[in-house]
Amino acid sequence: MNGMVIVGAGQCGTRAALTLREAGWTGPITLVGAEDLAPYERPPLSKTALTATDPPGPAAIRDPAGLAAAGIEFLPGVAAVDIDRDAHRLRLADGRDLTYHRLLLTTGATPRRLPLATEAADAVHYVRTHADALALRQRLHPGARIAVVGGGFLGLELAASAVARGCLVTVIEATPHLMGRVVPAPIATIVAARHRHAGVGLRCATTVTELERQDNTLRLTLSDGDTITCDTVVAGVGAVPDTTLADKAGLAIDNGIRVDSRLITDDPDILAAGDCSCFPHPLYGDRRIRLEAWRNAEDQGAAAARTVLGADEPFTAVPWFWSDQYELTLQITGLPHAATTEVVRHRRDRVDIRFGLGPDGRLLTASAIGPGNSVAKDIRLAEKLIARRATPDPAALADPSVNLKTQYR
Amino acid sequence: MPQWIPVCRIDDIDEEDVIGFQHDGSDYAIYRSPDGEFFATDGHCTHEKTLLCDGLVMDSIIECPKHNGRFDYTTGKALAAPVIVGLATYPVKVEAGTVYLDTDPAS
Repeated sequence: MNGMVIVGAGQCGTRAALTLREAGWTGPITLVGAEDLAPYERPPLSKTALTATDPPGPAAIRDPAGLAAAGIEFLPGVAAVDIDRDAHRLRLADGRDLTYHRLLLTTGATPRRLPLATEAADAVHYVRTHADALALRQRLHPGARIAVVGGGFLGLELAASAVARGCLVTVIEATPHLMGRVVPAPIATIVAARHRHAGVGLRCATTVTELERQDNTLRLTLSDGDTITCDTVVAGVGAVPDTTLADKAGLAIDNGIRVDSRLITDDPDILAAGDCSCFPHPLYGDRRIRLEAWRNAEDQGAAAARTVLGADEPFTAVPWFWSDQYELTLQITGLPHAATTEVVRHRRDRVDIRFGLGPDGRLLTASAIGPGNSVAKDIRLAEKLIARRATPDPAALADPSVNLKTQYR
Repeated sequence: MPQWIPVCRIDDIDEEDVIGFQHDGSDYAIYRSPDGEFFATDGHCTHEKTLLCDGLVMDSIIECPKHNGRFDYTTGKALAAPVIVGLATYPVKVEAGTVYLDTDPAS
């Protein structure tokens, strides 16, 4: 059988399937999804899925009819359990075997669990699936006390959504700063101020050491000795790449499934892409990175499809992330920690665009936060400059009267 | 009869840029191409309801500011994932330095 089999029907796997078909793959395509739902977008799960007045359905990437129309065989609600690499055969949990010509693993990531060895740990909510979001949503009634563990993008979006539902929210973050690993400090300061303005209690540089049930409430003990009583605990403390299937098949694992610049694993007939893959990035000295991001899932899904179709092009898309909290949107492009010099553009609308340059003057990252999508154009232009390894004039970057397009042309 | 609605002065839109325009409860995006022509489309991306006026215009392409879906704003055609549905376009004319939009071209 000359078929393409894709394990994981999230953003990445679905985009790969659609791109394969659009770009001319004529053989069978089978998309295997562990969830019962048709492929859907995950970004709304921490936002509109929680805040919309009526519980929304999943935001479909393609409904089953759309998948069928594209000639994609969609197998929902079944896990893949084993790969027989010699026989080119994938075993599913229900006993079915699928023979593949090429196999793409887009198995994603699963929420990291809080390290709590108590029975009450079962009460902690995590948000990865539509069902997770609906379960949390039921807890977000006005006046409910919500403890959010983790002050990263996900935790802070959950906090903002809980505020929108009238909840009383406390965020507990282990490091001294919100979003500490990925966001410049001045942007984290704006975000912290916005959450405080909304009444959110921010508890940084402390961790949860104990969780106990007390009648209908939960009591958290923090490493600084404080206790917090709440109705619901939700954690957003990172995710672990889902490498179980690849590991069992003997593929190399290295903070995710190890792939080359074409997203091929150490088996030439198996590719991996999206949250589960660890890949070398040519714009950052071929440093191996793994990105948990909607855009990366889209881009790598499409790139994996092109590789399968015979394209010999490395994956070079510039990393890009966003987060919506309250009326603000934060956008980041590139990898912030690679930069050595910062240049700030103070725009007239009081939004700052922060550029990060390398020692050679090359633009490596840009980030900003502002109302609505007001930072999108500048960050997108920065992304294009990063992609072409540009060394823009720092004075032009800093001058708000200079259109960034002048640096691109 | 066309419904010609005044939108702005021509200099209110930079070349190769876009502004948002609201009329009668509807959102429109009004573009000025690199060679100075004016175009109009629906104001929202067809993927999620994101306003396109915050997006980047390059040549004849508008990119959604949220997910980078791409459209040719001169035709409304959807060009790149995640968008699959095109944008409605509207006639635009310039008279005496003012840009006008026809919000009801079918009638």
